[in-house]
Amino acid sequence: MDPSRKRRIRLVVALTAALLAASALIYTSFSAGSDEKTAGQLLDGAVAGKTYTLAGTVKDGSVRRADGVLWFSVRDPHRPVAVRVRYTGIVPDPFRAGRGVMVKVQRGAGDLFVGEKDTMVTKCPSKFQVAPPRPGSGGPASLT
Amino acid sequence: MATVGRALLIVAFAVALYGVGASLYGAFAGGRAWVDSGRRAVYALAGVLTIAFAIMEIAFLRSDFSFDVVATHSSTTTPTFYKATAAWSSQEGSLLLWVWLLSVWSSLALLVTRRRVREVAPVATAVLLTFASFFLMLTIFFAQPFTTLAAVPQEGTGLNPLLRHPAMMFHPPMLYSGYTLFSIPFAFAIGALITRRLNAEWIVSTRRFALAAWLCLGVGIVLGARWSYTELGWGGYWAWDPVENASLLPWLTGTAFIHSIMIQERRGMLKVWNASLVLATGTLAILGTFLVRSGILDSIHAFGASTLGVPFLILIGAMVLGSVGLVVWRRADLTSEHRLDSLLSREAVFLFQNVILVGLAFVVWWGTFFPLISEAVTGTRASVGPPWFDKYIVPLAFVLVALSGIGPLVPWRRLTWASVRRGFVLPALAALVTVLALLAVPGAWMEPKAAAFTGVVAFVLASVGQELWRGMRARQASARESAPVALAGVVRRNRRRYGGYVVHAGFAVLLLGVAVSSSFQHARDISLRPGQSARVDGFDITYVRATARAASEKISLGAVLDISKHGRHVATLRTTRGFYPSQDISQGIVGRFFGGESESEVGLRAGLGRDIWTVINPNLAPLTPIIEQGNRTFRRAMVGIMTGPAAKRQQAVAQLYALRDAAVTAVARRFVTSPWPADFRFIVSPLATWIWLGAIITFLGGLLALWPAPAAARRRVSAGYAARVARELARTTQ
Repeated sequence: MDPSRKRRIRLVVALTAALLAASALIYTSFSAGSDEKTAGQLLDGAVAGKTYTLAGTVKDGSVRRADGVLWFSVRDPHRPVAVRVRYTGIVPDPFRAGRGVMVKVQRGAGDLFVGEKDTMVTKCPSKFQVAPPRPGSGGPASLT
Repeated sequence: MATVGRALLIVAFAVALYGVGASLYGAFAGGRAWVDSGRRAVYALAGVLTIAFAIMEIAFLRSDFSFDVVATHSSTTTPTFYKATAAWSSQEGSLLLWVWLLSVWSSLALLVTRRRVREVAPVATAVLLTFASFFLMLTIFFAQPFTTLAAVPQEGTGLNPLLRHPAMMFHPPMLYSGYTLFSIPFAFAIGALITRRLNAEWIVSTRRFALAAWLCLGVGIVLGARWSYTELGWGGYWAWDPVENASLLPWLTGTAFIHSIMIQERRGMLKVWNASLVLATGTLAILGTFLVRSGILDSIHAFGASTLGVPFLILIGAMVLGSVGLVVWRRADLTSEHRLDSLLSREAVFLFQNVILVGLAFVVWWGTFFPLISEAVTGTRASVGPPWFDKYIVPLAFVLVALSGIGPLVPWRRLTWASVRRGFVLPALAALVTVLALLAVPGAWMEPKAAAFTGVVAFVLASVGQELWRGMRARQASARESAPVALAGVVRRNRRRYGGYVVHAGFAVLLLGVAVSSSFQHARDISLRPGQSARVDGFDITYVRATARAASEKISLGAVLDISKHGRHVATLRTTRGFYPSQDISQGIVGRFFGGESESEVGLRAGLGRDIWTVINPNLAPLTPIIEQGNRTFRRAMVGIMTGPAAKRQQAVAQLYALRDAAVTAVARRFVTSPWPADFRFIVSPLATWIWLGAIITFLGGLLALWPAPAAARRRVSAGYAARVARELARTTQ
């Protein structure tokens, strides 16, 4: 076979294979991706049995732990609503009230959402631009 | 001092801008003096930024809270070791570190190449100084590291507890070194494209920097993984987090580049590919820096929302458009000198391996940016998780490891049956025997992927061992040396080649650790009281006793655990969770000692066979009533003091704080004196240590390849290189 024709065939085969692989990748990412929703969006239209990624801020005073289960509420960043979350699994060290979290959830009863095990991600506080409160008048910040 | 720092940044910016102008004028007007002046501007920049960075470090070490960045990222109680590292935990400090490293590495590159690539270097200098100008602009106008506070606080916020880990001392500088070192081949590639000096000279001149970049970035990635494993309290080392992925992207394309340039050096092929790869790698390095700073993707590591997104997007856009434009513009000069002789040749293996690496980079890029892509396409932000990444990464990594074993066995130009028999029989047998032996282990057949990975790793190790053995035997035959001396001699004279082989072996070991530890891992979350036991993968884990320690830096609540198997003691593990004091006084005088940031100290028994990993998560809820009572009592006392006589106030407050410290210590001791159940996570991971062992071997192999060759070998290489340049010059002048 003519070498240049052989090279062209090889190129077409390689490009077709790359195109097919890329198409599979793109298709599966859209079918496997879980939608990122705020608390308000979940309350408005979450369907039972479907997995969502809940993103928001942990509501102050909502964190409770009992029998290896973590209960907390996540606030909507734009609306005055929150959803309750029941979660088991790894709790990242930076998790606490007032911190940004993302967790995969499915709709439970009412405003309760059940977190998928080990899916919680917490924003790292060191990297935030919001300045923390300055040392106040409550004495030395550490044990002397 | 802060004023001096600000002034130095402005001087540095001016020097960088001058250097860009001088280099470009010298390059295109032919003024050698201007070119030299542009190069010296880079040295001056390094000097000025070294002083600026030293000022910031001194401010951290002296706990000078008049610097905003020190007040918000350090404290007097932060250990000195971490005060030094706190500088780059901030956005401002890390940008200064980035540009300082860029200036230092650029100076080194231009010093080393000052008598070579004379046409390319001035343009490269201008590109490097453009990067420096960009980052200096950010530190002057967007994220100023030398901002001062009008009211200087007595105490700082302190370094994030999660960053108080030895790996964090070196992780960011290594990553930034990798990013900035990749700017060097990027800049020289731009220079070569603009000046049409597209032979292999710019590659040879910057090859070592590309290798150093690859090595530094790799070390940075592994240090980050190690930190995650031992500090983050979840037991993993990689989570496909966007910021983790950001560092992996240039590493993957950089790995492809340092392999494919060998083909251009030896056979003058893949010029378009190499230029594209190095330009992509340089752009991805900036993209990685952008991802951490823009806040466009949610990540545990990202700097959150900031104003740096737009400037970075402009820079990245310019880099992408400029790179594509240059490659298209110079495509006629980038034609290959030879064609691929056979698909069964070392060139073809390298090319295939390059395609796999670029494929891996594409998968990682797509998965990382998928939230933005899906939002643009569907209007809904969606993300893909580790299972999606694993689906594509695992098979591609499998092929990649296999190719790292096949590559050294395949000759250049064409594979013959004789070379198949000579090279492949032993490694193939090693792989087969390993897989069969593994399948005999009960339960191993349940994880066929791990078994296949193990077989491929055996193939790679046998392939590398065989090459080393043959090289040693050949030298023994010619030089009549003993085996160790011959082995050392052959490796010393071919450091790049054998260093590469060691890297292949190390990488195979690393991936073996990943494959086996993830496939055969046993994890269990359980709540235990002191005296209770749990069984994980045949190990009996007993919660022996609770521990509590109240120190100036943090309050640590933990556990001592006894690990045994079949009644025999295996190890004693200690794990704690540290609670750092909060600056938020609304949490109460006692409460704020338990309401701040927290971090885990992992209990780890690492071994060649398996790691036993545990972490405690003590529930503070039973302490809440006592803490609240303490808050009320001390608040009343404080009000009493403040409304009492002013003369005795200071002494009374000091006494109150002493009582408060005793109370906080007593509250913490309740965890020991009246213990309640604590939550634990136990993980038994086989061969997890091999990940770090493989990383060390890879690092040593990289160092070996990077180390300068002995004088004689260098002369031989230089002679061959000179002959090649002469041939290319003869061809271009025809």
